[in-house]
Amino acid sequence: MSTIKTTADAGLAQAGPTEGRLSALKDRLQQLLAFASLLTIVVFFSFASPIFFTYPNITSILFSTVVIGTLAVGTTFVIITGGIDLSIGTGMALCAVMSGVFIVNWGLPLGVGVLCAVLFGGLIGLVNGFNVAFLKLPPFIATLAMMLVAQGLALVISHSAPIYFTSSPGYVKISTGKLIPGLDLPNAVLILLAGCVVSGLVLGKTVLGRYTYSIGSNELATALSGVNVRRWKLVIYTLAGLFIGLAGVLISARLGSAQPATGAGYELQAIAAVVIGGTSLAGGKGSILGTVIGALIISVLNNGLQIMSIEQEWQKVILGLVILVAVYADMVRKKEA
Amino acid sequence: MSEHAMGGQPMSDYLLEVEDVAKGFPGVQALDGMHLNLRYGEVLAVVGENGAGKSTLMKLLSGIHEPDRGQFRLGGAPYLPTDPRHALAAGVSIIHQEFNLMPHLTVAQNLFIGREPRTAGVLLSERALNRAAAELVDRLGLALDVRALVGNLTVAKQQLVEIAKALAYEPRVLIMDEPTAALNDAEVAALHDLIRRFVTDRTGVIYISHRMEELKAISDRITVIRDGRFVRTLDTALTKMPEVISLMVGRELAADAQPVGVREDREVVLRVSGLATKPLLRDVSFELRGGEILGLAGLMGAGRTEVARAVVGADRRTAGTIELRGCPIAVRNPADAAKHRIGYLSEDRKHLGLLLEQDVAANVALPSLAERFSNYGVVDVAAVRRTAREMVARLGIRTPSERQVTKNLSGGNQQKVVIAKWLVKDCDVLIFDEPTRGIDVGAKAEIYDLLNDLAAAGKSIIMISSELPEVLRMSHRVLVMSEGRVSGVLDAAEATQESVMALATTRHDRTVPTAPEAPK
Repeated sequence: MSTIKTTADAGLAQAGPTEGRLSALKDRLQQLLAFASLLTIVVFFSFASPIFFTYPNITSILFSTVVIGTLAVGTTFVIITGGIDLSIGTGMALCAVMSGVFIVNWGLPLGVGVLCAVLFGGLIGLVNGFNVAFLKLPPFIATLAMMLVAQGLALVISHSAPIYFTSSPGYVKISTGKLIPGLDLPNAVLILLAGCVVSGLVLGKTVLGRYTYSIGSNELATALSGVNVRRWKLVIYTLAGLFIGLAGVLISARLGSAQPATGAGYELQAIAAVVIGGTSLAGGKGSILGTVIGALIISVLNNGLQIMSIEQEWQKVILGLVILVAVYADMVRKKEA
Repeated sequence: MSEHAMGGQPMSDYLLEVEDVAKGFPGVQALDGMHLNLRYGEVLAVVGENGAGKSTLMKLLSGIHEPDRGQFRLGGAPYLPTDPRHALAAGVSIIHQEFNLMPHLTVAQNLFIGREPRTAGVLLSERALNRAAAELVDRLGLALDVRALVGNLTVAKQQLVEIAKALAYEPRVLIMDEPTAALNDAEVAALHDLIRRFVTDRTGVIYISHRMEELKAISDRITVIRDGRFVRTLDTALTKMPEVISLMVGRELAADAQPVGVREDREVVLRVSGLATKPLLRDVSFELRGGEILGLAGLMGAGRTEVARAVVGADRRTAGTIELRGCPIAVRNPADAAKHRIGYLSEDRKHLGLLLEQDVAANVALPSLAERFSNYGVVDVAAVRRTAREMVARLGIRTPSERQVTKNLSGGNQQKVVIAKWLVKDCDVLIFDEPTRGIDVGAKAEIYDLLNDLAAAGKSIIMISSELPEVLRMSHRVLVMSEGRVSGVLDAAEATQESVMALATTRHDRTVPTAPEAPK
């Protein structure tokens, strides 16, 4: 009916049909800006040091991004729902230990052992998801508790000693092998790449992804729209858990051993990567591409500063400042947009 | 959809029946002996003061809670929803009072959340989604871009998205809780057109509202509830609104009093000249006298709230001066404004006006904590409580004690707490932004009395409101805005619905002023 349209227009018509495309463009631009800062840092180091922009060094940067990147990609889902996962670091150490238990102690076949280790990560996520979605614990508390539990269990199960994968030499190949002949790129990098592509598709193209954003944007409204929020949260935390398991396999394969005492601190680096990548801790907003860029910024900084022989202590100071600047810049951009 | 087939032959005279429903929560009997009958093809208004049990009833109907006693029938068949999804599938769509949208998603994504067009079961088909959404929006005759992010839309447009979302389920029963709280008159008219088109002999609407004029315009019958109980159902055509109001509050209210005209004899307390902000305001100037209530009217987006925010320094001014009793003052932020005894009571009471998790005393003392209630940084708790108790008594705040958490108070009483805050601060200029939004009729009258008392005591008041009758009833003068500018100032005597709307629809971008059309 045209009468309605005209009355509605009188009061409401201010924005044209370009609104949607404009905001989509703005989002794209934001990622571009994160990418631009990554490029700036790369260019800076390339001029500062002749070793930096060489093929072996680029490969080594990518290789060092793998663990943080894997954790960050998984936890991006959780953070977009407005949650947080503090258990990913020590959870990863526990999964590495479990991988050692499955493969070294129990003698499971390599493939089965790896699968079990990844699924064990899923179990950690499932418990987190249950505590958050069904017991309604705040994510910070639920995963803080899991962080401690995982750290303790890793030490108890391994008797506080590393588990070496010397008996299955194929294990280290998962990280360090080179699947593509002629291309000097470790498998771990390829696995991270595959993980990014898959989770990017899940986040952007599937129902699970849509509900991830929706829950983060307005949880109650999502529930009132008939979406089973509790179940989807469980799924999302479990998915993040699978990435914990994957990271556990990748780090222990890289080292050739499961180190039960490592892991703490990784969660904060992963969260930093997510945040630098433009994902909002308040939920509703973020992307896998952004997270990958965030993770790369962190490892490029670490690598570049190392090459320039800046002490490790200062590297941390600089990383802290970068997080401040990145998030502040993101907020300013949003305000101006 | 399967419900449509069933709807062909009504099995009962009523589309939706609520029979003797009761629901209690720890410490409160929210509903007890609730009855309600919705006929096919009608708009049934449900009115009651805040706390009368409307929202509990909605929660039962949408399957969020289960009733302790009684039953619902939908089209003659028993209806007991177990969760929101079930209710939607059964054909009951509810538009809740608080906005229930996902701001980070697009309009289309919001419209079809929970039932996105999919391929292969899990993959989303964005193209099909946008097409379906565009069709829906077209069919409803709404001016919405389905690809726009909801968070970027105006409040009025967001409300349209909510309505489109509810209608997307092709419900038999549409329940709307205060759908017009954020709309201006033109938008309300558009909404009512939409409702009339929705109502057929298979469907019905339950319309919850505090605005009496609207009930007259849209409803066929009115069901009044009070204290969780059914009071009476009236035929709208045969009913006078004061009767409805007295049934709601259980007592008669005094007839509306018109305010006296502008008091030229009083001194000018606040003078704003040439105010401008980057996004909207241009050359806004006005004077506010002692003991005066200046109404600020205009359509949504005209810049009423923006004027208030610019005056108290919450938004950056690009031009303009503010004088207090003839002396220019620098107001860079709300703290400066408070220092000069200018208080701003935001329209968004829950987010910007109150510390909901804190008690009444903490809220009342907040603005004056440092200057009145502290000794070398230590808060004088006893003095805070004493003052809060005085305010509770003076403003008639209904609360068990001053230590009650404000979250638990009704909307009207929360608003009184906000007012108390600025009275304790001893403000001379009070800017009320939508002081009665979401407040029931009884409490509204009390707020009006309070404003009149404050003005009589010499305070200067700016009252921003989207409800024209409220502006006309309260204001000594009415300043009408449109498109970020002042369209005109009317004395109480010359301010009518027509004259205000004429000014509110003035367009400033034209060089020659043309006769504005009234939005009817």
